Order: sequence, then structure tokens, then C-alpha cells
Amino acid sequence: MKEVVRQCSLVVRKELLHLWRGKARLVATGAFAFANLVVFSFAGGLHGEAMRTNAAGFLWVGILLASTLALGESFRVEVQNQALEAMVLLPVHPAAIFYGKAIGNFVLLSLVGAVMVPCSIVLFDAVPVGGLGRLFLTIPFGAAAISAPGTMHAALSCRARSRDVLLPLLLFPLVVPGLVAAVQATQLCFLGDAMGEYGSWLTVLAAYCVVQWGLGGLLFSHIVEE
Amino acid sequence: MTLGMRVSGGVAVLLWVLGMAAGLTLAPPEEHMSDLVRIMFVHVPVAWAAMATFTVALVASVGWLATHRWGWDHLLDASLEVGVLLGVLLSVQGSVWGYPTWGTWWTWDPRLTSVAVMVLSFLGILALRAFVDEPEKRASWSAAASILAWGSVPFTYFCVKVMNSLHQKQTPWGAMHPDMLKALLLNTATITLLTVWMLMARYQLARTELRRELGT
Repeated sequence: MKEVVRQCSLVVRKELLHLWRGKARLVATGAFAFANLVVFSFAGGLHGEAMRTNAAGFLWVGILLASTLALGESFRVEVQNQALEAMVLLPVHPAAIFYGKAIGNFVLLSLVGAVMVPCSIVLFDAVPVGGLGRLFLTIPFGAAAISAPGTMHAALSCRARSRDVLLPLLLFPLVVPGLVAAVQATQLCFLGDAMGEYGSWLTVLAAYCVVQWGLGGLLFSHIVEE
Repeated sequence: MTLGMRVSGGVAVLLWVLGMAAGLTLAPPEEHMSDLVRIMFVHVPVAWAAMATFTVALVASVGWLATHRWGWDHLLDASLEVGVLLGVLLSVQGSVWGYPTWGTWWTWDPRLTSVAVMVLSFLGILALRAFVDEPEKRASWSAAASILAWGSVPFTYFCVKVMNSLHQKQTPWGAMHPDMLKALLLNTATITLLTVWMLMARYQLARTELRRELGT
């Protein structure tokens, strides 16, 4: 167990270093998420109240769409140089690879989400009623809900034909429960939480994350060792 | 096609005719929906068959990952296709029933949404199988993805009990008119048998496809 944690921390370090050195990936993902928010502004009919009401949904759908770029890219580089096979042969425990990659993607999506929050506030005039604290608490939970199943399915799709089609096709239905909880919790941050529902939605989101992160660690070996 | 499959197919078709007759004539009309309720005699059995088939996919996935025996992968292949077919049929039947009773073909109600998510989850895995050329990888990857996707099945079943839904909750057997119950049970048995027949036929096809693929 100790060895798996050590290996995982090494994979996380590699991921963060890769993220830092290749800032283009971070910038491209953030720019794509921002472009989504701008396009959604037009889809919402440019009515102030409608945009404010839908701001949480726009924010999370923007992050989800941008995540397909980031997740796909995170495995494309591994497959391109057969680095994934090399890691398995080293041998690094598959669970350590999964959690390392998933934590790397989680950091990336959390950063993108944190940048998209002020953008949403400005673009949709969605000033959080209860302050920014809860909003910035929801972002990492939502990012975790996308990054674990996203890492799992990016590992599958990167070695298949038509990988760009396959990743969203597999990922989007799977993240619906997490996405619904993240949107509801974020909407309560933006519009106010008169009935005290925020905690319940955050619990649903956390439970979804526990299931996805747990199953991902268990099943990843069957994907990389084939 | 084996003799057993021909016999079970013939029995299923015969039962299907009897089931339709029972649903259309034996069962009385319902108090509020009148004859519209008769779609229940195919809608409920198809829902049961779809969820049971996706559960077979889960068992087959675990079986393949634990043993790597091809039989499990054939069963997974069969249950994914038959399950998606039943899921699409379920959604169409629900829409046909929903329009005259709810006044809309589709609403983002928890039950309808969860059925859509369930069908899309497994449809994505069918696409995955189509895009992976190596049989071993295809089997393992689709098995892992099926285990993740199966979470939508219990959610679909229980969501009407724990969430506010336009879709009605499961009716207890005792609350039904005896003739309605008879028609429902007969149709459930029929559609279950038809599903088993489709699974067996697709299993054999999957086995033949793999032999051709491996050149054995």
C-alpha cells in the first residue's frame, strides 16, 4: 500500500510537471471553456434574468465540454511515445497510474473551473448571493466528479479508433448524476439557498465522487494491462 | 439455430399472441385512463426485461474480467445489444403513453431522464466495441465500462421512490384488478422468454463472429 502511494505521488508529480511545462494545454482548455460560456450567452437569448438563472448550467457544461480536450490530451501523450506501456512494465501499480493521472486532471479542471467562476459572474451577471466561499468549495467537487470517470474513459478511448467521438459518447451519460448535483449546488450559490439544500447536493456530489474514484482504481488495471 | 432455440422461439411467439389477446380483451379498462392503460402490458415487461438484460451485462462483465473465458464476452455482447434495443423500445412506448396522459411526448422527469442516461451509457459501450479491433482489449474495456454504466440501472428503478416524479411508482400486486395482474404476468413471462431467445441467438452470432475474426 505504501509503495502504491509512493508511486502515485510520483505519477502526480510527473503530471503536474507536464502541466506546468506544457502550459498550452491549460491555456487551451481554459480558452475553450471560456468560448463555451460566450456561445451559451447567445443561446440563452441575451436576457439578463434568464442568463443569471442558467449561469450554473452554462458554467458546468462549459467545463465538461472543455474537459474532453484536457482528458483526451492527457492520454494522447502517453500513447504517442508508448509511455503508458513503459509505466506498466516498470512496474508501476495500475491503481497508482489511475490515481496519479486522475489527480493531475482534477488539478487542471479545478484551475479551469476557478477561472471560469469570475468569468460567469461577469458574463451572466450572476453575483453569488451567499458569497464566493461555497462556490469555490463546489468547483473541486465537480472537477473530481468529471476527472475520475474522465480519466478512465480517456484511457479506453485513446487507444481505440475515432477516439475523439468515443470519449464524450462514453463520458457524458456517465457524469450526468455528478453534473446534476454540481449544477444544483452551484445554482444555490448563485441564486441563494432559502431552503438549506446546498449541503444535500454537495453530499450527493461527494458520494458520486467516492463511487467513481473507488471503481476507477479497481477497474483501471483491466484497461492498461490488456 | 438449435432445436431448443426453435422450440423456445415458437413458444414465445405463441405466448405473445395470447398475451396481446389477454391485454386487449381480458383485462378491464382503468378508471382514469380507460383503454390507454393497456400499453402497460407491454411497457412494464419491456422495462423489466431491459433492466434485467443490463444486469446480465454486469454479470457477464465480472465473469469475463475474473476468468477471461470467451463465453462471458459473447454474453456481454448479446446483452448490450438486446438491452439497448429494449431500452429504446421502452422510451418509445413511454412517449406514446405519455402524450395522451401527460400532454407531452417527453419531460425531464427523473425516471425519463434516468432511462435516457441508462440507454445512452450502454449505447456508448456498443460504440466502444465497434471501434476496438483487438478482441481481448475489446472484451476487457467494454466489461470495465459496463460495470461503471450499470450504476444507472438501480438508479432508474429506485428514483421514482425517492424523488418527486411525474412517473407513477411501482403498483403493488394486491392493488391491481386480478384480470389485469394475469395479463401483466403473462406478458412479462412472454417478453422475458423473447428476451432470452434474442440473447441466445445473439450469443451464437457473437461466437461465430469471433471465430471468423480469429480465423479458427
